[in-house]
Amino acid sequence: MAEYRVYLAGVGGQGTLLATKILAEAAIQAGHHTVASEVHGMAQRGGIVESTVLVGDVGSPIISNGEADVLLGFEPLETYRAMVKCSKDSVVISNNVPVMPFSVAIGKSRYPDISTLFDLIRKQVRQLNTLNAQALAIEAGTALSANIAMLGALARSQILPIPKEAFQETIRNKIREQFVDTNLAAFELGYTAS
Amino acid sequence: MHPLLTEETGKTVLLLGNEAIVRGALEAGVAFATTYPGTPSSEIAENFFRITQESELYFEYSTNEKVALETAAGAAVSGIRSICSMKHVGLNVAADPLMTLAYVGVRSGLVIVTADDPSMFSSQNEQDSRYYARFSSLPMLEPSSVQEAKEMTREAFRISEELELPVLLRTSTRLSHARGTVTLGPLVVPQTHGRFEKESSRFVTVPSVARTRHKVLLDQTEKAKEMSSQSDLNRLDGTGSYGIATSGMAYSYVQDALKDLNMEGRVQLLKLGFSFPLPETLALEFIRSTQKILVVEELEPLLEDGLKALAQTHGLTTPIAGKRPDLFSRLYEFHPGLVRDVVARFFDIDYTPPQPVDVTEGTDPIPLPIRPPNLCAGCPHRASYYAVNSVLAEMETEAVFPTDIGCYTLGLLPPLQTADFVICMGSSVSSAAGISKATGKTVIAFVGDSTFFHSGITGLVNAVHNQHRFVLIILDNGTTAMTGHQPHPGVSLTPKGWDKPTVSIEAIVRACGVDDVAVVNPINLGKMKAAVRQAVSSKALSVILAKAPCPLYERRILGSKPKRKFVVGPECNTDCTMCVDSFGCPALYRNTDPDAETTMTIDQHLCIGCGVCIQICNKIRPKKG
Repeated sequence: MAEYRVYLAGVGGQGTLLATKILAEAAIQAGHHTVASEVHGMAQRGGIVESTVLVGDVGSPIISNGEADVLLGFEPLETYRAMVKCSKDSVVISNNVPVMPFSVAIGKSRYPDISTLFDLIRKQVRQLNTLNAQALAIEAGTALSANIAMLGALARSQILPIPKEAFQETIRNKIREQFVDTNLAAFELGYTAS
Repeated sequence: MHPLLTEETGKTVLLLGNEAIVRGALEAGVAFATTYPGTPSSEIAENFFRITQESELYFEYSTNEKVALETAAGAAVSGIRSICSMKHVGLNVAADPLMTLAYVGVRSGLVIVTADDPSMFSSQNEQDSRYYARFSSLPMLEPSSVQEAKEMTREAFRISEELELPVLLRTSTRLSHARGTVTLGPLVVPQTHGRFEKESSRFVTVPSVARTRHKVLLDQTEKAKEMSSQSDLNRLDGTGSYGIATSGMAYSYVQDALKDLNMEGRVQLLKLGFSFPLPETLALEFIRSTQKILVVEELEPLLEDGLKALAQTHGLTTPIAGKRPDLFSRLYEFHPGLVRDVVARFFDIDYTPPQPVDVTEGTDPIPLPIRPPNLCAGCPHRASYYAVNSVLAEMETEAVFPTDIGCYTLGLLPPLQTADFVICMGSSVSSAAGISKATGKTVIAFVGDSTFFHSGITGLVNAVHNQHRFVLIILDNGTTAMTGHQPHPGVSLTPKGWDKPTVSIEAIVRACGVDDVAVVNPINLGKMKAAVRQAVSSKALSVILAKAPCPLYERRILGSKPKRKFVVGPECNTDCTMCVDSFGCPALYRNTDPDAETTMTIDQHLCIGCGVCIQICNKIRPKKG
């Protein structure tokens, strides 16, 4: 089968690593060979968190520049920063809610205009979908489920050979019981919103 | 039940590389595990720790890697299968026992896991641990996938017992933190009780014994060489006149490259899992049957040099290349695109690499704010650093700040900028002595609690004895925070199931002979500043024990929530930005909206109510209701 490379970029605390794990488990659930990797040395302290999920006949867990089929960006600035992973055939799905870097918070630098960033991205790739994952997550019950709302949007795009049910099944099996319903709701909202 | 203890043999599960290592050890019947945590090895220990609560396995967080290896060695010479895990630089700390443990060997399997960090995602250097196999003459295994991480850990125990030598298992960030599918094998019931049989002619390395044992080690290395030549972990794949030799994670990049470049049928691939000693018979067959060879290995050219030496010994002139300005670098981690490019260039394969998009095309580059990691909101280290900076400003004194390895190294960043020198664990204390002696300037060193236990104590004894004068601030947040909140000997707030005695840092400091000791909660800025003032004015060596728990850890253990939060009052409407310019809590930010009513805002999601900021600015107050 073909190979699918998903690059996930976000900020420490956004739950990108849980999303990575759920995505990888869902791909396995759907019967595909899957590898994933994550770099999270400083994740807890507000740094950039990058991870990958590769589905299909591929051994390396890394995505080189220009080789991502999908970029799942959890934060607009980090989506933009990770664009070097994309080619003109890539699909980009991005949260549109910023997390202010420290240098911006203390007034030492400016956060770029988000619509400008998205316009520049849209010009270069096959498709850009944006969503307010935070609002959807709050609607589902907790802002913490924004990561799962992002997976809903990814599932809806149908780029990966992973059916919606495989995601839902994985959420039921791999997320702590008391959070399953909220996360399923967030997934559904992400799915229908995009 | 811990998922790694499942008896479902044959089941395929998704595991982290580090989890696969743990499962491999359990499938080999491991009974004894030690560690000092360090990224990217830490999850190995975390899983062992959780497993001890449900099994007979003994596990400990040792005070440092040397202690961890010596402890594991003690168990292994007593007939208990043992494993000792650490990050690559930890093996430097454990190098002393390693070199001579190789002489005496073990009676039961001992596997030493060393996790390299090419590209230095979370390390101070990117040294290549494979040198240690050559340095110590010990066998080394290098898995290339998560499944292999499990298989090779199990095999490492077998090799260790057959040779009666410790075996090194080398992983890297990309493998330790990769997730992949693993097929589970049966668990082996461990033997948990051992017996030390005395054999002083082997285990007591006085010179006469050491002389004999070195010869034994070299004999065993010869045997290991035969084993590696016959091992299934080393193999020659494919056919063709081109040759590629590789090991570790680079193998997966090579495999993908050969597929992408349609090179099947043209290349023989020498894949080494049991990479030291070099399997000479197999390697010779490889060199003889190929016309040109590319060696694909991250970091140092060890395999390349080994193959070149072998070729020379046997009078073979096959071109062998790897590290060369136009091929691979000794720097940083490899990636699939890089390996594909070099393979295509070396073997002259026609290929167009994928084109990354250029989002700056047709527009001026947008300045992107950087996003470095930062000390968390409510982190007590920030309060300590703020107090130091304020006192130095008030005393009009400049100071040099030797620091150490932990979250607190992030004091490096503006606005705190309290880090001037750091090279390794414990170096803060000893380098402070040298800097103060050499310059005569005020020197304030910072060390964390776990790091103090790891290797700060000897430096402090040295400083007392040799009459060095500096201020040492021990940032005691009650946990090994940076690597994921592992306990250490000084912890008082402990994870569930923890029933070990606590060793007092204050008592150690006093026992080292330091007279000028203050114990302060840095969250109380007034007291912290007074302690710093006193210490900087003192003509003697002074130690401040700045003691306040890591708020993330406290929340994790106690499940506690902030009792209060803070807000800025409406009078915060001037151009004063003192709080962010000098303190820099991530919960405090400057409003960019021109219509905002206040200059600053406190992010209510991030604020944990530590209350340090109200001691800095009287425009900040508790939130009502």
